[in-house]
Amino acid sequence: MKRRELFGAVAAAGMLAAPNLVRAQGSKVLRFVPQANLSSMDAVAGTQYVVRNAALLVWDMLYGVNARLEPQPQMAEGHEVDAEFKTWTFRLRPGLKFHDGEPVLSRDCIASLKRWMVRDTMGQLIAARIDALEALDDRSFRFRLNKPFPKLLFALGKNNAPTALMMPERIAKTDPFQLISEYVGSGPMKFNKSAWVPGATAVFEKFADYPVRPEPGEWLAGGKRMMLDRIEWVIMDPATAGGALQNGEVDWWETPLPDLVPLLRRNANIAVDIADPLGNIGSLRMNHLQPPFNDVRARRALLMGLSQQDYMQAVVGENPDLWRPLPSFFTPGTAVYSEDGGDILKGPRNYEAAKKLLSEAGALGSKVTLLVATDVPITKAEGEVTQDLLTKLGFQVDYVASDWGTVGARRAKKDPPSQGGWNIFHTWHAGADCVNPAPYTALDCGGDKAWFGWPNSPEVEARIADWYAAPDLAAEKQAIAAINRASFEVVTYGPTGFFQMYQAWRKNVTGVVKAPFPVFWGVQKS
Amino acid sequence: MYAYAARRILATIPVMAVVALFVFSLLYIAPGDPAAIIAGDQATPADVDRIRASLGLDRPFIVRFGEWVWHVLNGDLGQSIFTNLPVTHMIAQRIEPTLSLMVLTLILSIAIAVPAGVLAAWKHGTWIDRLVMIMAVAGFSVPVFVVGYVLAYTFALQLDVLPVQGYSPIANGVGPWLRGLVLPAVTLGSAFIALIARITRATMLEVLNQDYVRTAKSKGVDQHAILFVHALKNAAVPIVTIIGLGVAGLIGGAVVTESVFAIPGVGRLVVDAILRRDYPVIQGVVLMFSFVYVLVNLGVDLLYTVFDPRIRY
Repeated sequence: MKRRELFGAVAAAGMLAAPNLVRAQGSKVLRFVPQANLSSMDAVAGTQYVVRNAALLVWDMLYGVNARLEPQPQMAEGHEVDAEFKTWTFRLRPGLKFHDGEPVLSRDCIASLKRWMVRDTMGQLIAARIDALEALDDRSFRFRLNKPFPKLLFALGKNNAPTALMMPERIAKTDPFQLISEYVGSGPMKFNKSAWVPGATAVFEKFADYPVRPEPGEWLAGGKRMMLDRIEWVIMDPATAGGALQNGEVDWWETPLPDLVPLLRRNANIAVDIADPLGNIGSLRMNHLQPPFNDVRARRALLMGLSQQDYMQAVVGENPDLWRPLPSFFTPGTAVYSEDGGDILKGPRNYEAAKKLLSEAGALGSKVTLLVATDVPITKAEGEVTQDLLTKLGFQVDYVASDWGTVGARRAKKDPPSQGGWNIFHTWHAGADCVNPAPYTALDCGGDKAWFGWPNSPEVEARIADWYAAPDLAAEKQAIAAINRASFEVVTYGPTGFFQMYQAWRKNVTGVVKAPFPVFWGVQKS
Repeated sequence: MYAYAARRILATIPVMAVVALFVFSLLYIAPGDPAAIIAGDQATPADVDRIRASLGLDRPFIVRFGEWVWHVLNGDLGQSIFTNLPVTHMIAQRIEPTLSLMVLTLILSIAIAVPAGVLAAWKHGTWIDRLVMIMAVAGFSVPVFVVGYVLAYTFALQLDVLPVQGYSPIANGVGPWLRGLVLPAVTLGSAFIALIARITRATMLEVLNQDYVRTAKSKGVDQHAILFVHALKNAAVPIVTIIGLGVAGLIGGAVVTESVFAIPGVGRLVVDAILRRDYPVIQGVVLMFSFVYVLVNLGVDLLYTVFDPRIRY
């Protein structure tokens, strides 16, 4: 081949490819950068937020919460419940279909609920009360409980993982501790498994047979009206995502780094706003089984020195719009929010009083093993502030820097730090998980069965039980205040503050809303 | 030579066996737990234990290793813990971008570095020589990710002539394929170009001082023929060796470059797998890379006979 012929061929190949490129970037295709790599697709076996967010596109729910966290019928046409909240009968909407064309039947829902109940805290409470979960016909089924459970609709409609997603019976029969490998749902988008390149791309395509509810869509409630034919999730580094958004190569970035937001704001084609109104709660998690934090006085001393301002500025920077102090374990701005018992986190920090308390506990100068996941910006920032705090309080700090995978494994060890255990690690909880005790595993104080750190407080457990039994909002408020007080009394963990993150999108994309998860229904691209 | 090649190929078997044992043992003793990652941050310790058991990660080392080796011997690298997809499928999905990046980088590097090194040696001590050496030092000194971001900022964000990220398969057209790979290849090649240019210059300087080159000059042989036919061919053995060794560096560099430019290649696959402790994927990719590296070294050894007829196997 002559040189000119070669150049000609290359140019022609490029031109021939152009229509493909144009088609792929049409206005019905949205390119979205999620918060993390979508490494699996089972929001029941796993509780990662990114998996839940993808699953909400593919699988539908019987009920779904709106922006006020009120459960509204979604796949369900409606329900009947007796006066004691013990017999719940549900009827499915007509015309519901799975992506393989099969109709959604009661038996599919029952199998899905059984799998979900094994993994979900509220589901386990329901399972413990069940006398029968039975199909009445193809579209109706019934829970018969031996004890009242007034919050059943919230359990079925909540957005927290594990989420009560309906899948075909054959898939729902998978062991709840094993990941499913067939991704057939009845939600508004189909998952294109053959186009899935884990760690790089995930593709969702519009499900033409999805029966949209007539009500306006709001979070998980109402009509999930898809204006897009295809959504492509593309996974990339933050700096690359920033460049790609500016260049119009992607349309929507779920969690831009706070450091990059000023740069994005300078671009006239990009909109930036708070992503999740319910935000996040930073967490300093102490090991209640090992000295020095097996003594509540040591835990309290840490709270006396803990400056939420230091933590929050390390996490989100100087922008005061992104954080606020949180003398509470619960998400601010909700109807039941309480600061009862939170005085220890208010006012100037008192290191001398904290040291005195540590001295009384015999913990002054003791060694503390601090696990810090340095590959996660939030935990790295929190870890560095804690190292400073511990040093100020006179502890000897063993700062163990590693990746999140290592921290995730080591935090499960109950052994002393010298034998591979730990004293403190950091994480954060989505505000949506902290609105009440139901999805809030980190609040549990059940000792050995509690979340990592294993706090033990019968008082907290009793007040949580009060909340479950609360028949109305007033009673719920009272229970939440009591839980907050008791949690500060035992220092379940150290809340390091309330913070929010931004989302950013190209201005030719409309309909982006604030929610604890990306809401794709109603989003358009021009 | 065929017998030598056959012997070398057979010798890869014990090498691969050692690699397999080493990688499996290393992952076994390394901290981390895929069950905790699958379960998510909110899962309870009991949930994590159940998931670990369902994955078979609570079984003894020897059982897991034996099972894995048996599957590998049957051509099965296993399934990803997270996606349930076969590891061979995941590697196959990713091999084209990585191969494209490495081949283009190799071509670009040789095309730039060898003439630059020859030129620097020929014009030894002049501003051309100094310029080539300055570029080489810069190529060595600036980290790959910095080169990548600077190039992306300049050519994608400021000049808008190339994309910031992404990969277009060659089946979608050579044009888009090339457009997506230019910046990553230059990025990945920056240190490699510097290395080859320096080695070429040094080797050429040595060769250009040999008696036969002086004889050729005195006989009035054309300068280009002296440089590229007589001298370069004799300088080729160390250059080819460095290129072969550099392929290992390219594999490492591809990990960073693929992340910077969001190229869905094998490098990113293995990094993601390491962060998630997806053991079958890590083991499969490391085995594959080891095999490729052994083959590249064999190829380099065989190439010696082409450039230097005195070498016989």
